[in-house]
Amino acid sequence: MNLLSKIVIPIFVVAVIFYGFKQKINVYESFLAGAKEGLYITFNIFPAVIAMVFAINIFLDSNFIYFLLNSFRGLFNFLHIPLEIMPMALLRPVSGTASLAIMNDIFLRFGPDSYLGRLASILQGCTDTTIYVLALYFSSIGIKKIRYSLGVGLFADLVGIIMAFILTMILF
Amino acid sequence: MVNYIWFFLILVGIFFALLTGRIDVINNSILTNGKEGLDLILSILPIIVLWTGIMKIAEDSGLLKKFAHLVQPLLSKLFPDVPKDNPALGYIASNIAANMMGLGSAATPFGLKAMKELQKINPDKETASTPMITFLVLNTAGVTIVPTTVLALRIAHHSANPSEIIIPGVIATFCSSLGGLLLDYFIRRRKR
Repeated sequence: MNLLSKIVIPIFVVAVIFYGFKQKINVYESFLAGAKEGLYITFNIFPAVIAMVFAINIFLDSNFIYFLLNSFRGLFNFLHIPLEIMPMALLRPVSGTASLAIMNDIFLRFGPDSYLGRLASILQGCTDTTIYVLALYFSSIGIKKIRYSLGVGLFADLVGIIMAFILTMILF
Repeated sequence: MVNYIWFFLILVGIFFALLTGRIDVINNSILTNGKEGLDLILSILPIIVLWTGIMKIAEDSGLLKKFAHLVQPLLSKLFPDVPKDNPALGYIASNIAANMMGLGSAATPFGLKAMKELQKINPDKETASTPMITFLVLNTAGVTIVPTTVLALRIAHHSANPSEIIIPGVIATFCSSLGGLLLDYFIRRRKR
Protein backbone atom coordinates (compact mmCIF):
# COMPACT_ATOMS: atom_id res chain seq x y z
CA MET A 1 0.00 0.00 0.00
CA ASN A 2 2.80 2.37 0.97
CA LEU A 3 4.82 1.52 -2.14
CA LEU A 4 1.77 1.99 -4.32
CA SER A 5 1.21 5.44 -2.81
CA LYS A 6 4.80 6.33 -3.60
CA ILE A 7 4.78 5.28 -7.26
CA VAL A 8 1.47 6.84 -8.34
CA ILE A 9 2.94 10.27 -9.06
CA PRO A 10 6.23 9.26 -10.74
CA ILE A 11 4.42 6.82 -13.05
CA PHE A 12 1.79 9.42 -13.84
CA VAL A 13 4.43 12.04 -14.68
CA VAL A 14 6.40 9.65 -16.91
CA ALA A 15 3.23 8.54 -18.72
CA VAL A 16 2.12 12.12 -19.39
CA ILE A 17 5.49 13.34 -20.64
CA PHE A 18 6.10 10.21 -22.71
CA TYR A 19 2.69 10.46 -24.37
CA GLY A 20 3.24 14.15 -25.11
CA PHE A 21 6.61 13.36 -26.65
CA LYS A 22 5.11 10.57 -28.76
CA GLN A 23 2.40 12.94 -30.02
CA LYS A 24 5.23 15.27 -31.08
CA ILE A 25 4.18 18.26 -29.02
CA ASN A 26 6.76 20.51 -27.39
CA VAL A 27 6.44 19.18 -23.86
CA TYR A 28 8.68 21.88 -22.40
CA GLU A 29 6.67 24.74 -23.92
CA SER A 30 3.40 23.12 -22.81
CA PHE A 31 4.75 22.78 -19.29
CA LEU A 32 5.72 26.44 -19.18
CA ALA A 33 2.31 27.55 -20.45
CA GLY A 34 0.57 25.39 -17.84
CA ALA A 35 2.85 26.53 -15.03
CA LYS A 36 2.02 30.12 -15.90
CA GLU A 37 -1.70 29.29 -15.58
CA GLY A 38 -0.95 27.72 -12.21
CA LEU A 39 0.69 30.92 -11.09
CA TYR A 40 -2.45 32.89 -12.00
CA ILE A 41 -4.67 30.37 -10.20
CA THR A 42 -2.67 30.71 -6.98
CA PHE A 43 -2.54 34.47 -7.38
CA ASN A 44 -6.34 34.54 -7.75
CA ILE A 45 -7.04 32.50 -4.60
CA PHE A 46 -4.53 34.47 -2.53
CA PRO A 47 -7.06 37.01 -1.13
CA ALA A 48 -9.50 34.20 -0.26
CA VAL A 49 -6.80 32.28 1.60
CA ILE A 50 -5.77 35.34 3.62
CA ALA A 51 -9.44 36.06 4.43
CA MET A 52 -10.13 32.47 5.50
CA VAL A 53 -6.99 32.01 7.59
CA PHE A 54 -7.92 35.26 9.33
CA ALA A 55 -11.48 34.19 10.15
CA ILE A 56 -10.69 30.54 10.95
CA ASN A 57 -7.87 31.42 13.33
CA ILE A 58 -10.02 33.87 15.26
CA PHE A 59 -12.76 31.26 15.48
CA LEU A 60 -10.46 28.41 16.53
CA ASP A 61 -8.46 30.52 19.01
CA SER A 62 -11.66 31.57 20.78
CA ASN A 63 -12.21 27.89 21.73
CA PHE A 64 -15.90 28.31 20.90
CA ILE A 65 -16.06 25.03 19.00
CA TYR A 66 -14.80 23.10 22.05
CA PHE A 67 -17.31 24.86 24.27
CA LEU A 68 -20.02 23.82 21.81
CA LEU A 69 -18.85 20.23 21.37
CA ASN A 70 -17.78 19.59 24.96
CA SER A 71 -21.12 18.07 25.89
CA PHE A 72 -20.55 15.43 23.21
CA ARG A 73 -16.98 14.71 24.33
CA GLY A 74 -17.96 11.36 25.83
CA LEU A 75 -19.60 10.22 22.61
CA PHE A 76 -16.64 11.36 20.50
CA ASN A 77 -14.16 9.60 22.80
CA PHE A 78 -16.26 6.45 22.62
CA LEU A 79 -16.13 6.54 18.81
CA HIS A 80 -12.40 7.44 18.80
CA ILE A 81 -13.15 10.67 16.94
CA PRO A 82 -10.80 13.52 17.91
CA LEU A 83 -12.72 16.73 18.60
CA GLU A 84 -10.14 18.77 16.68
CA ILE A 85 -11.29 17.36 13.34
CA MET A 86 -14.91 18.48 13.73
CA PRO A 87 -14.52 22.12 12.54
CA MET A 88 -12.92 20.78 9.37
CA ALA A 89 -15.60 18.16 8.73
CA LEU A 90 -18.32 20.76 9.30
CA LEU A 91 -16.84 23.49 7.07
CA ARG A 92 -15.54 21.25 4.26
CA PRO A 93 -18.82 21.20 2.23
CA VAL A 94 -19.00 24.99 2.20
CA SER A 95 -15.51 26.29 1.65
CA GLY A 96 -12.38 24.57 0.37
CA THR A 97 -10.16 27.40 1.60
CA ALA A 98 -11.69 27.27 5.09
CA SER A 99 -10.99 23.55 5.45
CA LEU A 100 -7.52 24.09 3.99
CA ALA A 101 -6.86 26.71 6.67
CA ILE A 102 -8.01 24.29 9.39
CA MET A 103 -5.82 21.52 7.95
CA ASN A 104 -2.88 23.94 8.05
CA ASP A 105 -3.69 24.65 11.71
CA ILE A 106 -3.80 20.91 12.49
CA PHE A 107 -0.42 20.38 10.76
CA LEU A 108 1.07 23.25 12.76
CA ARG A 109 -0.17 21.90 16.08
CA PHE A 110 0.05 18.13 15.65
CA GLY A 111 2.24 17.59 12.58
CA PRO A 112 1.27 16.00 9.25
CA ASP A 113 2.31 12.49 10.35
CA SER A 114 0.12 12.38 13.46
CA TYR A 115 -3.20 10.54 13.52
CA LEU A 116 -4.99 13.88 13.20
CA GLY A 117 -2.68 15.06 10.43
CA ARG A 118 -3.28 11.96 8.32
CA LEU A 119 -7.00 12.03 8.99
CA ALA A 120 -7.19 15.68 7.90
CA SER A 121 -5.17 14.93 4.74
CA ILE A 122 -7.44 12.09 3.66
CA LEU A 123 -10.56 14.06 4.58
CA GLN A 124 -9.53 17.07 2.49
CA GLY A 125 -8.79 14.84 -0.51
CA CYS A 126 -11.85 12.60 -0.46
CA THR A 127 -14.66 15.12 0.09
CA ASP A 128 -15.65 18.20 -1.86
CA THR A 129 -17.19 21.62 -1.36
CA THR A 130 -20.61 20.14 -2.11
CA ILE A 131 -22.78 23.10 -1.07
CA TYR A 132 -20.59 25.57 -2.93
CA VAL A 133 -20.52 23.49 -6.15
CA LEU A 134 -24.30 22.95 -6.06
CA ALA A 135 -24.92 26.68 -5.60
CA LEU A 136 -22.51 27.63 -8.39
CA TYR A 137 -23.71 25.08 -10.96
CA PHE A 138 -27.43 25.48 -10.38
CA SER A 139 -27.35 29.27 -10.27
CA SER A 140 -25.34 29.36 -13.53
CA ILE A 141 -28.35 27.97 -15.43
CA GLY A 142 -31.15 29.45 -13.32
CA ILE A 143 -32.38 26.33 -11.50
CA LYS A 144 -34.48 27.17 -8.45
CA LYS A 145 -35.78 23.79 -7.27
CA ILE A 146 -32.79 21.56 -6.51
CA ARG A 147 -34.84 18.53 -5.34
CA TYR A 148 -32.89 15.79 -3.55
CA SER A 149 -29.45 16.81 -4.87
CA LEU A 150 -28.16 18.39 -1.64
CA GLY A 151 -29.14 15.35 0.43
CA VAL A 152 -27.41 12.88 -1.88
CA GLY A 153 -24.31 15.09 -2.17
CA LEU A 154 -23.93 15.45 1.59
CA PHE A 155 -24.59 11.74 2.03
CA ALA A 156 -21.64 10.99 -0.29
CA ASP A 157 -19.45 13.34 1.77
CA LEU A 158 -20.54 11.59 4.96
CA VAL A 159 -19.53 8.22 3.49
CA GLY A 160 -16.15 9.78 2.61
CA ILE A 161 -15.67 11.13 6.13
CA ILE A 162 -16.55 7.79 7.73
CA MET A 163 -14.20 5.95 5.36
CA ALA A 164 -11.41 8.43 6.17
CA PHE A 165 -11.81 7.63 9.89
CA ILE A 166 -11.83 3.86 9.33
CA LEU A 167 -8.87 3.87 6.92
CA THR A 168 -6.69 6.11 9.10
CA MET A 169 -7.43 3.88 12.06
CA ILE A 170 -6.61 0.55 10.38
CA LEU A 171 -3.80 1.59 8.00
CA PHE A 172 -1.53 3.71 10.17
CA MET B 1 -23.17 31.73 1.63
CA VAL B 2 -19.43 32.08 2.27
CA ASN B 3 -20.25 35.68 3.06
CA TYR B 4 -22.37 34.65 6.07
CA ILE B 5 -19.93 32.04 7.27
CA TRP B 6 -16.98 34.43 7.17
CA PHE B 7 -18.95 37.00 9.15
CA PHE B 8 -20.17 34.36 11.61
CA LEU B 9 -16.69 32.94 12.27
CA ILE B 10 -15.17 36.33 13.08
CA LEU B 11 -18.13 37.63 15.11
CA VAL B 12 -18.57 34.50 17.22
CA GLY B 13 -14.82 34.14 17.69
CA ILE B 14 -14.29 37.67 18.95
CA PHE B 15 -17.41 37.79 21.14
CA PHE B 16 -16.76 34.43 22.73
CA ALA B 17 -13.15 35.41 23.44
CA LEU B 18 -14.36 38.67 25.03
CA LEU B 19 -16.79 36.77 27.27
CA THR B 20 -14.26 34.18 28.36
CA GLY B 21 -11.38 36.60 28.86
CA ARG B 22 -9.25 35.28 26.05
CA ILE B 23 -9.12 38.53 24.11
CA ASP B 24 -5.31 38.77 24.34
CA VAL B 25 -5.10 35.45 22.47
CA ILE B 26 -7.36 36.81 19.74
CA ASN B 27 -5.41 40.04 19.55
CA ASN B 28 -2.25 38.06 19.04
CA SER B 29 -3.99 35.82 16.53
CA ILE B 30 -5.17 38.76 14.40
CA LEU B 31 -1.71 40.29 14.30
CA THR B 32 0.07 37.09 13.26
CA ASN B 33 -2.67 35.76 10.96
CA GLY B 34 -1.45 37.46 7.81
CA LYS B 35 1.91 35.79 7.99
CA GLU B 36 0.26 32.39 8.42
CA GLY B 37 -1.90 32.98 5.35
CA LEU B 38 1.12 34.01 3.32
CA ASP B 39 3.04 30.91 4.48
CA LEU B 40 0.10 28.74 3.48
CA ILE B 41 -0.04 30.22 -0.03
CA LEU B 42 3.73 30.02 -0.45
CA SER B 43 3.77 26.38 0.59
CA ILE B 44 1.13 25.28 -1.92
CA LEU B 45 2.30 27.55 -4.75
CA PRO B 46 5.22 25.47 -6.11
CA ILE B 47 3.25 22.23 -6.39
CA ILE B 48 0.23 23.88 -7.99
CA VAL B 49 2.47 25.55 -10.58
CA LEU B 50 4.34 22.31 -11.22
CA TRP B 51 1.20 20.21 -11.46
CA THR B 52 -0.70 22.56 -13.78
CA GLY B 53 2.43 22.46 -15.96
CA ILE B 54 2.35 18.66 -16.14
CA MET B 55 -1.39 18.64 -16.75
CA LYS B 56 -1.03 21.16 -19.57
CA ILE B 57 1.13 18.56 -21.34
CA ALA B 58 -1.66 16.00 -20.83
CA GLU B 59 -4.16 18.49 -22.27
CA ASP B 60 -2.07 19.60 -25.26
CA SER B 61 -1.12 16.04 -26.23
CA GLY B 62 -4.75 14.93 -26.21
CA LEU B 63 -4.26 12.54 -23.30
CA LEU B 64 -7.03 14.15 -21.29
CA LYS B 65 -9.41 13.83 -24.26
CA LYS B 66 -8.41 10.20 -24.78
CA PHE B 67 -9.09 9.47 -21.15
CA ALA B 68 -12.48 11.19 -21.41
CA HIS B 69 -13.34 8.95 -24.39
CA LEU B 70 -12.47 5.91 -22.30
CA VAL B 71 -14.99 6.70 -19.55
CA GLN B 72 -17.74 7.81 -21.94
CA PRO B 73 -19.35 4.36 -22.49
CA LEU B 74 -19.69 4.03 -18.72
CA LEU B 75 -21.35 7.44 -18.58
CA SER B 76 -24.18 6.59 -20.96
CA LYS B 77 -25.13 3.84 -18.47
CA LEU B 78 -25.19 6.35 -15.61
CA PHE B 79 -27.23 8.82 -17.67
CA PRO B 80 -29.97 6.77 -19.39
CA ASP B 81 -32.07 9.93 -20.00
CA VAL B 82 -29.32 11.69 -21.99
CA PRO B 83 -29.03 10.79 -25.70
CA LYS B 84 -25.72 9.04 -26.49
CA ASP B 85 -24.50 11.71 -28.93
CA ASN B 86 -25.32 14.65 -26.63
CA PRO B 87 -22.25 16.91 -26.08
CA ALA B 88 -23.07 16.98 -22.34
CA LEU B 89 -21.55 13.50 -21.94
CA GLY B 90 -18.24 14.69 -23.41
CA TYR B 91 -18.10 17.66 -21.03
CA ILE B 92 -18.99 15.45 -18.08
CA ALA B 93 -16.16 13.06 -19.01
CA SER B 94 -13.65 15.94 -19.24
CA ASN B 95 -14.88 17.31 -15.92
CA ILE B 96 -14.34 13.96 -14.20
CA ALA B 97 -10.91 13.52 -15.81
CA ALA B 98 -9.75 16.95 -14.61
CA ASN B 99 -11.13 16.31 -11.11
CA MET B 100 -9.32 12.98 -10.91
CA MET B 101 -5.99 14.63 -11.55
CA GLY B 102 -6.57 17.20 -8.82
CA LEU B 103 -7.27 20.11 -11.13
CA GLY B 104 -10.45 21.45 -9.60
CA SER B 105 -10.18 24.85 -11.24
CA ALA B 106 -9.74 23.28 -14.69
CA ALA B 107 -12.74 21.04 -14.08
CA THR B 108 -15.22 23.84 -13.37
CA PRO B 109 -15.50 25.26 -16.95
CA PHE B 110 -16.30 21.76 -18.29
CA GLY B 111 -18.84 21.27 -15.52
CA LEU B 112 -20.60 24.56 -16.31
CA LYS B 113 -20.78 23.63 -20.02
CA ALA B 114 -22.20 20.23 -19.12
CA MET B 115 -24.92 21.90 -17.03
CA LYS B 116 -25.78 24.21 -19.92
CA GLU B 117 -26.18 21.25 -22.28
CA LEU B 118 -28.30 19.36 -19.74
CA GLN B 119 -30.48 22.43 -19.29
CA LYS B 120 -31.25 22.36 -23.05
CA ILE B 121 -32.91 18.93 -22.72
CA ASN B 122 -34.54 19.76 -19.37
CA PRO B 123 -38.36 19.98 -19.72
CA ASP B 124 -38.77 22.22 -16.65
CA LYS B 125 -36.21 25.04 -16.74
CA GLU B 126 -36.53 25.94 -13.05
CA THR B 127 -36.32 22.44 -11.60
CA ALA B 128 -33.19 20.29 -11.49
CA SER B 129 -33.47 17.31 -13.85
CA THR B 130 -32.45 13.77 -12.87
CA PRO B 131 -29.29 13.75 -15.07
CA MET B 132 -28.21 17.06 -13.51
CA ILE B 133 -28.42 15.60 -10.02
CA THR B 134 -26.54 12.45 -11.02
CA PHE B 135 -23.82 14.64 -12.57
CA LEU B 136 -23.49 16.79 -9.47
CA VAL B 137 -23.24 13.73 -7.23
CA LEU B 138 -20.53 12.37 -9.54
CA ASN B 139 -18.79 15.73 -9.49
CA THR B 140 -18.86 16.52 -5.76
CA ALA B 141 -18.07 12.97 -4.67
CA GLY B 142 -15.62 12.66 -7.57
CA VAL B 143 -12.57 10.45 -7.35
CA THR B 144 -9.39 12.47 -6.76
CA ILE B 145 -6.17 10.56 -7.43
CA VAL B 146 -3.68 13.37 -6.87
CA PRO B 147 -4.79 15.77 -4.11
CA THR B 148 -2.27 18.47 -5.06
CA THR B 149 -2.83 21.02 -2.29
CA VAL B 150 -2.84 18.35 0.44
CA LEU B 151 0.47 16.97 -0.83
CA ALA B 152 1.98 20.45 -1.03
CA LEU B 153 0.97 21.28 2.53
CA ARG B 154 2.27 17.95 3.87
CA ILE B 155 5.62 18.60 2.23
CA ALA B 156 5.75 22.14 3.63
CA HIS B 157 5.18 20.77 7.14
CA HIS B 158 8.04 18.27 6.72
CA SER B 159 6.04 15.06 6.57
CA ALA B 160 8.31 11.99 6.55
CA ASN B 161 6.21 10.48 3.78
CA PRO B 162 3.93 13.08 2.16
CA SER B 163 2.39 10.72 -0.41
CA GLU B 164 1.37 7.97 2.04
CA ILE B 165 -2.20 9.31 2.06
CA ILE B 166 -2.76 8.86 -1.70
CA ILE B 167 -4.03 5.25 -1.78
CA PRO B 168 -6.18 5.53 1.40
CA GLY B 169 -7.56 8.74 -0.12
CA VAL B 170 -8.42 7.00 -3.37
CA ILE B 171 -10.22 4.21 -1.49
CA ALA B 172 -12.19 6.69 0.63
CA THR B 173 -13.16 8.86 -2.33
CA PHE B 174 -14.16 5.77 -4.34
CA CYS B 175 -16.47 4.63 -1.52
CA SER B 176 -18.01 8.08 -1.25
CA SER B 177 -18.69 8.23 -5.01
CA LEU B 178 -20.18 4.76 -4.96
CA GLY B 179 -22.35 5.59 -1.95
CA GLY B 180 -23.63 8.78 -3.57
CA LEU B 181 -24.35 7.11 -6.91
CA LEU B 182 -26.15 4.16 -5.29
CA LEU B 183 -28.39 6.45 -3.23
CA ASP B 184 -29.08 8.53 -6.36
CA TYR B 185 -29.91 5.35 -8.28
CA PHE B 186 -32.39 4.11 -5.67
CA ILE B 187 -34.14 7.49 -5.47
CA ARG B 188 -34.43 7.58 -9.28
CA ARG B 189 -35.91 4.07 -9.34
CA ARG B 190 -38.47 4.84 -6.66
CA LYS B 191 -39.63 7.99 -8.42
CA ARG B 192 -40.18 6.24 -11.73
